[in-house]
Amino acid sequence: MTKDKLSRRDFLVSAAKVLAAGVVAPAGGLAAAQAVLAEGKNAIQEMPVQQLWAGKEWGFVVDTQKCIGCARCVKACKLENKVPLDEEVFRTWVERYLVFTDDAGDEEVRTDSPNGGLDFKQLDVAPDKQFFVPKLCNQCHNPPCVQVCPVGATYRTGDGVVLVDRKRCIGCRYCIQACPYGARFLHPVLKVADKCTWCYHRISHGMQPACVEVCPVGARKFGNLLDSNSQVAVLKKKARIRVLKPDMGTKPNVYYIDLDEVVE
Amino acid sequence: MGGYVFPNEIHVNWGLFIVLYPYITGLVAGAFIVSSLYHVFGVSDLKPVSRLSLVSALAFLFGAPVPLLLHLGQPLRAFNIMFTPHLTSAMAGFGYIYSFYMIICLLEAWFMFRKDLVIFSQKKKGFAKRFYSLLTLGAKDISPEALHTDHKVVSVLAVVGIPSACFLHGYVGFIFGSIKANPWWSTPLMPVIFLLSAIVSGIALQILVYSVSCKVRKVEIDIPCLVAMNKYLWTFLIFATTLELLEILHMGYEGKSEWDMVRGLITQGIPVSYLGVQMGLGILTPLVLLPFGRAKRRSDGVKKTLTVACGILVLIGVLAMRFNVVIGGQLISKSMAGYAQFHWTLLSDEGVIPTLGILAFPVVMTLVLVRILPPWLEERKVQIADSKVTPLSARWELKGSGK
Repeated sequence: MTKDKLSRRDFLVSAAKVLAAGVVAPAGGLAAAQAVLAEGKNAIQEMPVQQLWAGKEWGFVVDTQKCIGCARCVKACKLENKVPLDEEVFRTWVERYLVFTDDAGDEEVRTDSPNGGLDFKQLDVAPDKQFFVPKLCNQCHNPPCVQVCPVGATYRTGDGVVLVDRKRCIGCRYCIQACPYGARFLHPVLKVADKCTWCYHRISHGMQPACVEVCPVGARKFGNLLDSNSQVAVLKKKARIRVLKPDMGTKPNVYYIDLDEVVE
Repeated sequence: MGGYVFPNEIHVNWGLFIVLYPYITGLVAGAFIVSSLYHVFGVSDLKPVSRLSLVSALAFLFGAPVPLLLHLGQPLRAFNIMFTPHLTSAMAGFGYIYSFYMIICLLEAWFMFRKDLVIFSQKKKGFAKRFYSLLTLGAKDISPEALHTDHKVVSVLAVVGIPSACFLHGYVGFIFGSIKANPWWSTPLMPVIFLLSAIVSGIALQILVYSVSCKVRKVEIDIPCLVAMNKYLWTFLIFATTLELLEILHMGYEGKSEWDMVRGLITQGIPVSYLGVQMGLGILTPLVLLPFGRAKRRSDGVKKTLTVACGILVLIGVLAMRFNVVIGGQLISKSMAGYAQFHWTLLSDEGVIPTLGILAFPVVMTLVLVRILPPWLEERKVQIADSKVTPLSARWELKGSGK
């Protein structure tokens, strides 16, 4: 009996220890991780930009064959970048293309992206061809949005990302008009221009953009084009790729694999 | 209509306030040109409106940046456009071009009205005396030599003012015309189209302002002046229409891929405001009626009625044109697969009521400015005999002061 009681006490003590360890240790770990991140953040902020940008030219590849239209990227982007979830503004979105061909061979293309792709409805008809196309800022080499900004609030970084300085933007929306891809919008809360940054705060720390991170099928690929071994550099070199609206002369930096000609 | 629109294009970003910006700026440029037709080109028939049009140009110039300022997401940063301009942006020039033009207009008005200011500062009493005295900036010499110098300076400023006015408004056209992403805007003709429609609207405004001022002051309208404005309005309307039609015909004849979208916009998106108001009411009707309004055999009553009616139609038509450019252009989705919807609102999101308020501001400014700087000339001779109202100008000896 005593042995039993003791053993029960032992058990309770051990259980309490385990429980305590389970609660305290992760909390400590989290604090440690935050400290590391903060240190990294400070290190990045104090680093001269030439050093931060050296040897980098970020690139993005979208494989339209792989996208399944789950729009996890859309939601992840909104959460990561604090874009209001209930407003019709998007840093990235997914388009669905349904192509119907009649007996005479005439094509009808139906495109939609309800709530940026978060609210796709089930189809009641079977199209002859269907596919999804994720869209985001093309981080153009020759960005018209940067050209037209009257105060220089939007600029292209040395590692190839177009950013908006929220402290300088006057909210005139000229850049929104100038972007041929509809990639920009006025932030509904901050009242300044907003757009995809390829999660600059993440990629500067060696992480992947949120949309790339959550894509379950690897339709979105991100990396350094100057690193010849990176997946994006290899794909850009070997795959059959196309950019959006090449005739605009914007020289986009998002490359699409197997992009259908109906996509603008 | 309908089709696929990029998710970020569901809201039209440039609303009714931005429609007013080229409209008001255009009225400024046009009014200034009317003033210059007399001062520079010696169109003596326009003498009765030459001072009035400069005063109203100034009043509308005060109103021009209001819609822009209220449109900004960050209005407190408005002056950054001058402090930290980004030189590749067409819009960055606004602050400088506008300020330069404002200086020209203020200087011209000051030299034009200096004699009046001096006389007022001598004859008025109390606050008005001090106010006018302040406006003279201490330059109280109204000897014939000094007035001759004033007149020469006004002529020089008017000459400098014409290219400035053209630049001010042509530049507004460039802001739209240089946007390659938008097929309805992107044309090198845009600055010229904007400039000509600005001149047209400015002349129409002067017809209206002058007629109303005569009515209010109970003096006869100077018919040769009205006929001259009728003639200039008609001539510039022909030039403006030619270019507007040329642009559309050229786009349609070339039939490039974006033409389908433009045709859809005209026929389904904005048919009432484009084909009906802009083309029908604002261009075709005045083009037909204006010649009747200046035909020799018509009575003065017919001339007045037709010319003023055409002036009003042109003003409405040019406002519709600004709407069709600014809003119409944004209805074409950059997906080239559908059209956005423009939602009319009364109050919120640049609604109709605040828009009308902004439009009323330069009109009120005109009323204020003509009280401070009465631009009326010599109409005492055509004053209706039994009128009990004495025009402002009759209270002081102003005859011939307004060169």
